[in-house]
Amino acid sequence: MFNKNLKNVLLVIFATFILSACSTAKKSGDIDGDVYTGKETVKYLASGVPDRIFFATNKSSLTTASRATLRKQANYLRKNKDLNVTIEGHADERGTREYNLALGERRANAAKDYLMTYGISGKRISVISYGKEKPVNPASTPLAWSQNRRSVTVKVN
Amino acid sequence: MKKLIFILIINILSINKSFALIEIDITRGNLDPLPIAVSPLHVDIKSENYNGIKIKSLGEDISEIIENNFRSTGLFNPLKKEAFVQKPDIAHLKPRFEDWRLIKAQALVSGKLLIKNGKLKVEFRLWDLAAAKEMTALAFTTTPSNWRRVAHIISDKIYERLTGEEGYFDTRIIYVAESGPKNLRIKKLAIMDQDGANTKYLTLGNELVLTPRFNPTNQMVTYMSYFRNMPRVYLLDIETGTQEVVGNFPGMTFAPRFSPDGKKIVMSFAKDGNSDIYTMDLDTRLVERITDHSSIDTSPSFSPDGKFIAFNSDRSGLQQIYVMRSDGSEVKRVTFGNGIYGTPVWSPRGDLIAFTKMRKGKFYIGVMRTDGTGERLLTENYYQEAPSWSPNGRVLVFYRETKSGTKGEGFSAKLWSIDITGYNERRLQTETDASDPSWSSLLSK
Repeated sequence: MFNKNLKNVLLVIFATFILSACSTAKKSGDIDGDVYTGKETVKYLASGVPDRIFFATNKSSLTTASRATLRKQANYLRKNKDLNVTIEGHADERGTREYNLALGERRANAAKDYLMTYGISGKRISVISYGKEKPVNPASTPLAWSQNRRSVTVKVN
Repeated sequence: MKKLIFILIINILSINKSFALIEIDITRGNLDPLPIAVSPLHVDIKSENYNGIKIKSLGEDISEIIENNFRSTGLFNPLKKEAFVQKPDIAHLKPRFEDWRLIKAQALVSGKLLIKNGKLKVEFRLWDLAAAKEMTALAFTTTPSNWRRVAHIISDKIYERLTGEEGYFDTRIIYVAESGPKNLRIKKLAIMDQDGANTKYLTLGNELVLTPRFNPTNQMVTYMSYFRNMPRVYLLDIETGTQEVVGNFPGMTFAPRFSPDGKKIVMSFAKDGNSDIYTMDLDTRLVERITDHSSIDTSPSFSPDGKFIAFNSDRSGLQQIYVMRSDGSEVKRVTFGNGIYGTPVWSPRGDLIAFTKMRKGKFYIGVMRTDGTGERLLTENYYQEAPSWSPNGRVLVFYRETKSGTKGEGFSAKLWSIDITGYNERRLQTETDASDPSWSSLLSK
């Protein structure tokens, strides 16, 4: 009985070590939580207007950084009134194909909704989900997956 | 005297019964597969040439297909032909049972064929060698170009006689053939016989295609295509090649499957960031909304009696499997294990649901009872999903992807099958990389 308790305590301590090790590792580099924060794959609609935002695993909620990017996109779209865009939603490869199609659609719409709250007409924005079908980084690493969980705003005219 | 004869008859009957001993227990993984001798079919010397068919070796070619089918089940051990002691024609007429028993065979398949006047006539017999008697025999006539199917039909008949279950060899598998680098993948619809022969490509690869599924009652297929960059569910007649969009939805439709009677398609429709499940009646074109929930509802699969639909939803936070009545009422969550669950597929027997489970960076193919109890994980791997049932509900086919390097090198996608006992995992040979397999029902049914 005592042994078992001791074992549990040790396990908890051990787990704490692992968890803290993980959280420090995750904040380093270009990933925060598991959302990509780097610029490696990012393209630009115009100078200073990034084309894409990134998501946490299985999530479609917008991070503070994503909102800032989308506000820049909204600004740009307000200044270029004839421009229409498609928002492509994507998922990483670590999920079932059909669920990822739905998830990509949800991510693209999260971006679209935010642009609309900043005054961009929904008529100017179409969405398409590619699920996990079009990875930007083909590696099987947490970094690649974080770069692939994205929605990308693409000019259509 | 009369009484004596009567007793004798009873005795003979009971002896026969006790000797009819080759039966295969398929309720668990078979660690001791049945040794079976498949004699090459005897080719009648009166056979005429028929364009493109090597008549001399046709008997051997057919027996080889039968052997491969048997071997793939894991339930049979087809014996090497070098050890065979009787010529095919004599073995078919009257086997010397003791000679075949000597090479440890318990069952013998023999047969003969004749091609005449543009017709292929085949007959075969299955012999119980211990009981020294014929178990089953059948003769049929078809066009010679059907000779591979003949081999599959013979395999099905023998499998049925020895296991008591329907066979699954005279079937096809439709799948997505993949080529090119991982981030620029070209995908085409492809179809092949269950044993990998007769591969045909049904699309050219100009647009992305996903998740083809057979109609269980005929050779129609439903799948998803990005034709003109509009992701939609399509209906394809693989005999005529004609295809059409299913329904008129103002957004992405995906994850299609047929109802068990083949008359409806159930699928997801995504709009404004929300995916729900819909059905469309193929005759009346009537569209019905089945789920109405702000979460993702996808991967629907009908029960074989058509009364229920299993589906995938993240309404509890993460992907889980739910079952509802096919009108959308009485939604019940059925998976509560550690991990997340996707791609529920109802067994054609109705007793099990196959699924994909994701847990701690691993992917599993498993089966459970339809209320979620009795979960059994059959196989663990880096990435695998999308199980599809053999028509008799004994075997699952699915696809598996490998981990890739920093430039996407080392990536592959292949089809695999596994028995629902968890035994007999094996790779299906395909000409290219492959994913999203769907197994047809028996062609001869």
